[in-house]
Amino acid sequence: MIHFDNVSKRYPGGHEGLSGTSFRIESGEMAFLTGHSGAGKSTLLKLIGLLERASRGQVWVNERNLNKLSNRDIPYHRREVGMIFQDHRLLHDRTVFDNIALPLVVAGIGHQEIRRKVRAALDKVGLLNKEKVYPMMLSGGEQQRVGIARAVVTRPPVILADEPTGNLDPELSREIMDLFMQFNQVGVTLLIATHDISLIETLGRRTLVLRQGKLVGDTPA
Amino acid sequence: MKARNGRGPGFNRRFNPRGWVIRHMQVALASLGRLWRVPLATFMTAAVIGIAIALPGAMNTLVNNVRTLSGAWDSSASLSLFLKPDVSEADGTALARLLGTWPEIGTIRVIGRAEALAEFRRLSGFGDALDMLGENPLPVVLLLQPSPSASGPDAAATLAERLGKLPEVDIAQLDLQWVRRLHAITRTAERGIWVLAGLLSMAVLLIVGNTIRLEINNRRPEIEITKLVGATNAFIRRPFLYDGLWYGLMGGLIAWVLIGISVLSLQGPVAELAGLYDSQFELSGLSWRASLTVLLGSGLLGLIGAWLAVGRHLAAIEPA
Ligand SMILES: Nc1ncnc2c1ncn2[C@@H]1O[C@H](COP(=O)(O)OP(=O)(O)OP(=O)(O)O)[C@@H](O)[C@H]1O
Ligand SMILES: [Mg+2]
Repeated sequence: MIHFDNVSKRYPGGHEGLSGTSFRIESGEMAFLTGHSGAGKSTLLKLIGLLERASRGQVWVNERNLNKLSNRDIPYHRREVGMIFQDHRLLHDRTVFDNIALPLVVAGIGHQEIRRKVRAALDKVGLLNKEKVYPMMLSGGEQQRVGIARAVVTRPPVILADEPTGNLDPELSREIMDLFMQFNQVGVTLLIATHDISLIETLGRRTLVLRQGKLVGDTPA
Repeated sequence: MKARNGRGPGFNRRFNPRGWVIRHMQVALASLGRLWRVPLATFMTAAVIGIAIALPGAMNTLVNNVRTLSGAWDSSASLSLFLKPDVSEADGTALARLLGTWPEIGTIRVIGRAEALAEFRRLSGFGDALDMLGENPLPVVLLLQPSPSASGPDAAATLAERLGKLPEVDIAQLDLQWVRRLHAITRTAERGIWVLAGLLSMAVLLIVGNTIRLEINNRRPEIEITKLVGATNAFIRRPFLYDGLWYGLMGGLIAWVLIGISVLSLQGPVAELAGLYDSQFELSGLSWRASLTVLLGSGLLGLIGAWLAVGRHLAAIEPA
């Protein structure tokens, strides 16, 4: 599902965020990505979501070679990759409903179907009663769940999460991870970047470890 | 599912025309709603556009009126022969009879001194002053109309020259001359209006472009997030293009009203002026076609202005 073949990312200015990384994540797998601050976790996820392009090597996602996708293809690629961020990236002048509906609106889905799918996503993250509320009126954990609902509402085969529990207490973090496990159970491939080693250990999943842009560890589940 | 040219399976980009139309209508309405929520800012932008378009529009309307007027006079090009003061009315009538045999000349009318004086008195309002002169200072005038074959500007000019050399004639005045001058003036004015319209159109593009640029900056986070969840550039562009279109159309509407008001405010004085010339001329406002041109032209300018701004500024916004 996700395949990196000797991938490097050199940022303008010459700094290497990622150097010569190779790995393969199979369809239906759930894996963690960890490493010190600046190790290249976000860089790796950005390459998968085509927020950045690889400087060297090949990135494959969903049977497609991302190097060969044109800029015009990028939006269509992103519709197949749900992305979740530590800072949620919600629109604060839109209701929870409208935030979650955004990927569907962008994809040109009809009105009725949007209602149905947004409700289903809200139900999954346990926020059915908050659809008319604005994100500012929600707690950090609730905002993160809105971000998650937005990422899964189109039922993408791949979900990426960049430190989704970074600002949450252990209990809330655990809830978010349970949510991810549920998605994984229905066949979604997940790659989650996190600092939270203790949380990873309790879950017993495959873990990729980055150091200075290099893949230095790959502990199987 | 293996790779055509190693690229992998293609994306589903099925185009649904009905959905496309619905989406455009939604975006158009949403854009209008957004502008409506900031009425003052919207009105100011639209008003600047309106004034920029009304200026050449109103001038063009006036020039069109002048052209209609001069066109009406054109076909009735006439010659006034002012006879020398010592030529009597009887001699004048004899001359008129002689000239009536010329093939270039259609109709002739002799205006006697008394008649000329009466008319002058009526039109000028200087009656009392004339009375004080005691003697009638006006010459006999022959008013003649060239025959249709000689009524073209050049032929009429040749005729005027010939008539001017007659011994009885003091001045042969071709009324066409000032009509011609008027033509030249309207042509110059038209050219000037085009130049003005060109410059002001550029101003409209800049106004709309700048307004849209600010709007893009304000909505930068929204644009980034929308791209993040898979919006195409066309999707991102659309609301801004509709903003531009609405600004243009509102500006066009304001221009239309402004032109209407200026024509209306000139109606009175022009009717008075026309009365002095015994003319039924009435100032006409914008025709349906001209109104539509103002409105759609303005809308188009707004759209182009938005397009230019969007092209320059939207590409630079990418999520990180
Ligand atoms: N846009 C950029 N331009 C230049 N250098 C960058 C850019 N983004 C990241 N880097 C550099 O690349 C390296 C990897 O950054 P990255 O954000 O991937 O680290 P990270 O593992 O996500 O760290 P953190 O845990 O702090 O989020 C860092 O040294 C960073 O300074
Ligand atoms: Mg990071």
